[in-house]
Amino acid sequence: MSTPTPPPTQHAITVLGHDRPGIIAETTGRLAELGLNLEDSTMTLLRGHFAMMLVCAGEPSVAAIETALAPLADDGSLTVTVRAVSPGAGAAPAGSSWVLTVHGGDRPGIVSSVVGRVAEVGGNITDLTTRLAGDLYLLVAEIDLPAGADVDALEAAVRTAATALGVGATLRRAEADDL
Amino acid sequence: MSAVDPRVAAWTEAELGVEGRVLDVVTAPAPVLSGVGERVDPTSAEVVRLAADLVATMRVSPGCVGLAAPQVGVGAQVFCVDVSEHPKTREHHGTFVLCNAEVVSSSRNEKAREGCMSVPDLTGDVKRAGRITVRGQLPGTGEEVEVSTSAFEARALQHEIDHCQGLLFLDRAAGAHAIYARKTYL
Repeated sequence: MSTPTPPPTQHAITVLGHDRPGIIAETTGRLAELGLNLEDSTMTLLRGHFAMMLVCAGEPSVAAIETALAPLADDGSLTVTVRAVSPGAGAAPAGSSWVLTVHGGDRPGIVSSVVGRVAEVGGNITDLTTRLAGDLYLLVAEIDLPAGADVDALEAAVRTAATALGVGATLRRAEADDL
Repeated sequence: MSAVDPRVAAWTEAELGVEGRVLDVVTAPAPVLSGVGERVDPTSAEVVRLAADLVATMRVSPGCVGLAAPQVGVGAQVFCVDVSEHPKTREHHGTFVLCNAEVVSSSRNEKAREGCMSVPDLTGDVKRAGRITVRGQLPGTGEEVEVSTSAFEARALQHEIDHCQGLLFLDRAAGAHAIYARKTYL
């Protein structure tokens, strides 16, 4: 009797550490050899540190993936984590999409204070970048607000929080034009 | 403001003399979207029919301001636009179809987020010229025309000419983090 094929498992993999050329090529090469399919991934440098997160799908076990990626971490310059995740829910319906930009002099608490106001109205951050460049601190976030959210009130709350921190904030509608 | 070309502005699909059919819009990764479209004879019956079909398909698609032949599965350099109802439009030429169109000159790059019926699940930030002159031929008569325009009509023309050259907005993404999952709205 044949057993039904289970749906492919998704694995969330992170690779963090000292940057050098070839990390992505090596990581993805080893995953391809295992027959894993890369789905969504993102990679950037965070203050010069290599930071990659990816979700891939396929049959191999967590242990098999860890073994395959272990050589990356051999010299201690990179940390690799692998874990099975249940498939994501996909894009949830949003009332409207916004881009929040905050910038000003660096000081502790800018991100937590500003995004706290977003969380209070049920806003969901779907993409976030922060950068420290000299004394300038910058935050750019993509935000989905639920239908019926009071955008004017949120904007006022964000501005109040920003003003208290001595930084500036703008909230702009982020809708794409269909062409 | 650029001078609106009166000939192009006066053009409507009624000149084609055929009833357009509504065609299915193909989506990436359909190979036809990635191939360079063939140059066409704008006076041929086949191209006149295609032009009418593009306009008819654009008309029934909500929010659609332009459609290129590859998007209906035809690898040809033909597209239609009509940005007259869009809030970001400044000057415009109403509905028109161009064959074998090419960009003659362009200036003033501006970045904006685009979506596309052929890439329904993604949007992306794309830099495009804010002022542009395009040369092409009108279907039916084959008259050569030059369209100089700006703002949203300029962006739409560049997006459609790209389709005719096998390029999607994805090919012009402003950066590695400039492509976004399309939100579904309540």
